[in-house]
Amino acid sequence: MDNIFPQLPEIISTTLWTILKIVAIVIPLMISVAYLTYFERRVIGFMQGRLGPNRVGYFGLLQPIADALKLMFKEIIHPTKSNNVLFLLAPILTIAPAFAAWAVIPFDAELVLSDINAGLLYVLAMTSIAVYGVIIAGWASNSKYAFLGSLRSAAQIVSYEIAMGFTLVGVLMCANSLNLGEIVIGQSGGISQWYIWPLFPLFIIYFISAVAETNRAPFDVAEGESEIVAGFHVEYSGMAFAVFFLAEYANMILVSMLAALMFLGGWLSPFDFFPDSIVWLLLKVAFLLFFFLWFRATFPRYRYDQIMRLGWKIFIPITIFWIIFVGFMMQTPYREMFH
Amino acid sequence: MRVFIVAEIKNYTMNFGPQHPAAHGVLRLVLEMDGEVIQRVDPHIGLLHRATEKLAENRTYLQSVPYMDRLDYVSMMMNEHAYVMTIEKLLQIKVPIRAQYIRVLFDEITRILNHLLWLGAHALDVGAMTVFLYAFREREDLFDCYEAVSGARMHAAYYRPGGVYRDLPSSMPQFQPSKKQSSSEINKLNKNRTGSLLDFIEDFAKRFPTYVDEYETLLTDNRIWKQRTVGIGVVDPDRAVALGMTGPMLRGSGVEWDLRKKQPYETYSELDFKIPIGKEGDCYDRYLVRMEEMRESNKIIKQCIDWLRENPGPVISNDNKVTPPSRSEMKEDMESMIHHFKLFTEGFHIPKGEAYAAVEHPKGEFGTYIISDGANKPYRLKIRAPGFPHLAAINEMTKGHMLSDLVAIIGTQDIVFGEIDR
Repeated sequence: MDNIFPQLPEIISTTLWTILKIVAIVIPLMISVAYLTYFERRVIGFMQGRLGPNRVGYFGLLQPIADALKLMFKEIIHPTKSNNVLFLLAPILTIAPAFAAWAVIPFDAELVLSDINAGLLYVLAMTSIAVYGVIIAGWASNSKYAFLGSLRSAAQIVSYEIAMGFTLVGVLMCANSLNLGEIVIGQSGGISQWYIWPLFPLFIIYFISAVAETNRAPFDVAEGESEIVAGFHVEYSGMAFAVFFLAEYANMILVSMLAALMFLGGWLSPFDFFPDSIVWLLLKVAFLLFFFLWFRATFPRYRYDQIMRLGWKIFIPITIFWIIFVGFMMQTPYREMFH
Repeated sequence: MRVFIVAEIKNYTMNFGPQHPAAHGVLRLVLEMDGEVIQRVDPHIGLLHRATEKLAENRTYLQSVPYMDRLDYVSMMMNEHAYVMTIEKLLQIKVPIRAQYIRVLFDEITRILNHLLWLGAHALDVGAMTVFLYAFREREDLFDCYEAVSGARMHAAYYRPGGVYRDLPSSMPQFQPSKKQSSSEINKLNKNRTGSLLDFIEDFAKRFPTYVDEYETLLTDNRIWKQRTVGIGVVDPDRAVALGMTGPMLRGSGVEWDLRKKQPYETYSELDFKIPIGKEGDCYDRYLVRMEEMRESNKIIKQCIDWLRENPGPVISNDNKVTPPSRSEMKEDMESMIHHFKLFTEGFHIPKGEAYAAVEHPKGEFGTYIISDGANKPYRLKIRAPGFPHLAAINEMTKGHMLSDLVAIIGTQDIVFGEIDR
């Protein structure tokens, strides 16, 4: 099936085939991002005793499309004293890694764009690059609010990256592999084999760090609309703003996807009598995404220094301790629990 | 000799407002910041100045009542109350007891209205979005009470020198069916509106404590909320008094000062309620004080409802030199006709003198000071706005705190620019 264009030279046909596969990942991703914004507004709306968008299309289902159209036709305003090249580079630098990371995500035992062995490392590298977009956006805008926002965001992402990295070390120890597909396969055998159980504290820390990584409430100090207005993207409008927005939501889906793959058994079904399928993966991701929305409706915002304290003084020590604990347990007769 | 060249690190200034989402209207602060830490806050006011005091000098006394609504535009009737109390003091007229109870009832409704807005805005500033919408859900019911009694949802102009404009209505306005809402939905909405206004308020007063519990579930024991408010903006009691703070800002610091108890006006001395006070004087204590005040206000409302049900009577003084005669009297009686004409053209005159009267406004002591030269309009009207000294203290309260704390402190001060700029 790898060569569907037999009449073309091999190099061209492979490229075409890869592009087709990329499109097949990116388009559903864009649609999920659009409808994640819709669900966010509906879900938070219901939590707050109001309706949310319900006018465009049935139940407001066309609202994301309308929003996208509106943003596309709006002018992108450049602040006079901004650096134009960096100003436009920033949103691109934010969204590119958010999409590129999807290359190694396995949706099924077979369905993966590139099945590389260092998959997890690649994802980590990609998500770390995204912070440059935020820093550059804050710098290029030449606004104090934006600059403060980008500084906050940089410090926050760097420190939570560490906690997140340590939680992944725990998964690697259990799975003995960096390949995301193999990590999932390692969890086969029903719900009891999922890594969430032996690594429960790591799962919680991973998820909280994921919320912090994606700059979502209650860790949204980089945006902090009541303090620094909109933080790093305060000067952006139209499509340039929309790109930041897309990246944020794509990242939310990405980190939920990773959590589902690493801790909740990916596409594996929780019970033996159901077949494994991509539906399970999507259900798990949707379940995790719901928490993002729930947090946003419930919690006040942390202060910037409190976030740092939580990351460095609480999460990192706990993760280090649990990794050592897992390593220790693996040397005892109970090692089966950790594989 | 070696010379070290050290880069000079300077504080930078940042403009906060007036178009800032946490600026509560038109507050403009010029911040001097060292990184995220605030070194100096310089409030710039006057962007909402409407010259209320000067305008009042060119209007008859009665014509200025609606201006009072627009001072602190989230606690409308309380502003009117201070103004009409000053006039009553100067004229030395007696207010019928039923009118006093109605005033107390609506003062406390207003206090809840104000505190709900404060709660929502404060929580929103600190980042909790949901509380804001919950608080507005309840405000809607209270606005309906305003509407039922005065015809206006916000700027009521209901209090008059000598009483209140009219007695509580025996029916509530109802929702009407429309294309969007079927009649069964409408019936549900109208369920607590079938009786009189008092029934409606009683129904609200019954539900309200559970709503306060709801807000408290979201905030009081929330770790993030506590981290953001405990120890922030501490004012010790002596300083709070010296700075001229009143209301919850003063009580949050532990000073038990409430005009309703210390200088009882209207019928507060006959009502049973407590004055909650704080201990530490930080944002969290002020939050707790205001939450408790809402519960106490609810108690007062219940007592007022019970009294008002039992005791019908006049709601405005019958001194026709100050209050208009009834419509029927006006049509039949020559003297009443003249009174009516004089009152609504020339207005009443106040004998030469000066007086100050203050009420325990939700934000603190709200007072008006009137100097009369015997004419039908004040020679001078001075308004004591509680928010003004609070805002003046913002530099002291925020020094050394971070930018995020500034927002929490603006929230805890419950700033409304209508009264500060006047």
